Amino acid sequence: MALKHKDFLGLRGVPGEEIDEILNTSELMKHILMQNHKKTPHLQGKSIVTLFYENSTRTRLSFELAGKYMSASASNVSASSSSVTKGETLLDTGKTIEMMGTDVLIMRHPLSGAPHHLAKHLKSSVINAGDGTNEHPTQALLDMFTIKSKKGKLHGVKVAIIGDVLHSRVARSNIWGLITMGADVRIAGPPTLLPVGLESLGVKVCRTIEEAVAGADVLMALRLQKERQQRGLIPSLREYAALYAINKKRVELAEKDVIIMHPGPMNRGVEISSDVADADNSEINEQVSNGVAVRMALLYLITRRRGQ
Amino acid sequence: MLCIKNGKIVDGVSKSPFIADILIKEDRIAEIGTNLSSDSINYIDATGKWVIPGLIDAHCHLREPGFEHKEDILSGMKSAAAGGFTSIACMANTDPVIDNAPLVEYIIKKALSYGLIRVFPIAAVTKCQMGQELTDMAELKKAGAVALSDDGKPILNSGIMKTALEYSGGPDLLIISHCEDIALSSDGVMNEGEMSTRLGLKGINRAAEEIMVARDILLSEVTGVRVHIAHISTKGSVELIRQAKSRGVKVTCETAPHYFSADERMVDGYNTDAKVNPPLRSVSDVLAVIDGLVDGTIDIIATDHAPHHRDDKEVEFALAANGLSGFELAFSLACTYLLKTNRINMVRFVELMCVVPAKILGIQGGTIEKNGRADVTVVDPDKEYIVDVNKFYSKGKNTPFKGSLLNGSVLHTISGGKLIVHNGKLI
Repeated sequence: MALKHKDFLGLRGVPGEEIDEILNTSELMKHILMQNHKKTPHLQGKSIVTLFYENSTRTRLSFELAGKYMSASASNVSASSSSVTKGETLLDTGKTIEMMGTDVLIMRHPLSGAPHHLAKHLKSSVINAGDGTNEHPTQALLDMFTIKSKKGKLHGVKVAIIGDVLHSRVARSNIWGLITMGADVRIAGPPTLLPVGLESLGVKVCRTIEEAVAGADVLMALRLQKERQQRGLIPSLREYAALYAINKKRVELAEKDVIIMHPGPMNRGVEISSDVADADNSEINEQVSNGVAVRMALLYLITRRRGQ
Repeated sequence: MLCIKNGKIVDGVSKSPFIADILIKEDRIAEIGTNLSSDSINYIDATGKWVIPGLIDAHCHLREPGFEHKEDILSGMKSAAAGGFTSIACMANTDPVIDNAPLVEYIIKKALSYGLIRVFPIAAVTKCQMGQELTDMAELKKAGAVALSDDGKPILNSGIMKTALEYSGGPDLLIISHCEDIALSSDGVMNEGEMSTRLGLKGINRAAEEIMVARDILLSEVTGVRVHIAHISTKGSVELIRQAKSRGVKVTCETAPHYFSADERMVDGYNTDAKVNPPLRSVSDVLAVIDGLVDGTIDIIATDHAPHHRDDKEVEFALAANGLSGFELAFSLACTYLLKTNRINMVRFVELMCVVPAKILGIQGGTIEKNGRADVTVVDPDKEYIVDVNKFYSKGKNTPFKGSLLNGSVLHTISGGKLIVHNGKLI
């Protein structure tokens, strides 16, 4: 099976079979990643470029390594977000990169829909590595891969997503993907940080964190995006932590074999307490490894689709 | 001499349509009757077509001076003529802002030199549209401004808005208010609702518009001075105006064709052509706007023609300019979404786009009457076509209706007795 589209921009509207295909392929890639000799020829002769208009450590490195482990030539372009409004347009930058022989352009941008805009005008594949407050589909894929590895399935798994959903592209992608795969998704967060009409996406919006956590198989903390809190959407970090932090007491309300997840980077003591983050049932470090495997799978499938 | 033969006339005065000929001599309507044509004069066969007064647009942006890459007075006039308009009122948010008499005169002179149709400048309420100091309203009126508006921006300070209304009552110059509470709309880029949640775009809550509509109604009420609300887009705004009118407040309002033809779903796929302020709202808002047009709560349809250059739209959604090119689709959208659906008839349409706009702006026209100005538009409401923006006379090709199948087209536009658009083409 191949991916349906040239680009991978989000999980909204991606059929379950396609998600399955990526997750199954990720499993094979995970084996490669665990080997002593981490090199496969799958992407030999392919060129991937990461174009990041926002800072990132794990996502950018994860894509770069995924490409390199599969023998692609991988390069990075970091553009400061100020060059978006000054100077060259996104479209011109994208075309320039494409004309250097790029097969896959991996892009992060502070504005929702930016990769969609670029993808419409390029022949290269565009992978969304996070756009504004819209989606971060590879993060959701690695989250689903992590859940599936631990729970054996996604269908019926109770996932509680806690925190700033309004600004979270991770949350949006996870919601689209998990709902498609038949998971039971509950959300809790301050009312000012929940977008309107969230229920229409198929999730259950809970009034309290306790309600969301009760009986959950997976607890997913979202990073409180301090840089986006300037408008005073919450009174203080202290009050936020008191009401919405995933701490030991709240974890006890979940299923016994609950796993703890966080997309990183963490604000310890804000959305998650250190003892929970570092506990045995925390998958936070495993998520990072899985991220490379999932991105290897996606790069493999997207370049294979292009019949090259 | 020109004779429009055998058309179904809605003259803006009579209660129902009638079939007759219209004889035009120079810039006047000489006669309305039967068998007026003879071999010696030019005639247009309007059999089976509707003959209506030239359309009047109380709200458009011609972009000159300052943004001639988006539109200029001439291209805007051509576009309007092709859309069946014979009179248009252009907004003051140019660069520099039209806040002084010489600029008002400049617009009028330039438009007059082109002929074609009539252009009426709307001047700013406050200097540089900064919302702080009032403009010289009486002088602006003397120079030819038909109304005042800071459109593009709201007058945020309620005290200044009240003073502006009170003062405008002196020279009796209408204030057109752009209703938007910036603190609420903030950096929103589309309607706040399920679609903004799906797209991860920052939403603009309907309250951003409605709070200011309510405020301006109250200020009109306490000052006793009329106010006209621009581009209303929400169910709540329609209801606020309905209530205000029922208690006798001197408020009038307009909506734009896109608010009864399109909803927020058009934005899906980050379609910057569907980015406009106020934003395209939900389906229930669209239905309420149509109800308002039917029951008279909404007085007129104005295009809010807002042409933009490709460079202003082919960017990331949040960076894209607001607005859509409106002249050349206004009739078709009204036809498709109001006439064909039998929500209004042609008589009501002529009220909405000819008679009442003339009254609100205080200009002549809007009707077809003997000895009146010969501004006449002939339309074919049955013609179906697919929108091709490359055929627009406007420099702005920005519309989410590109490629849409619409009903109704403008065949001929006669402005001041001159046939300026024939079979949809500018002469």
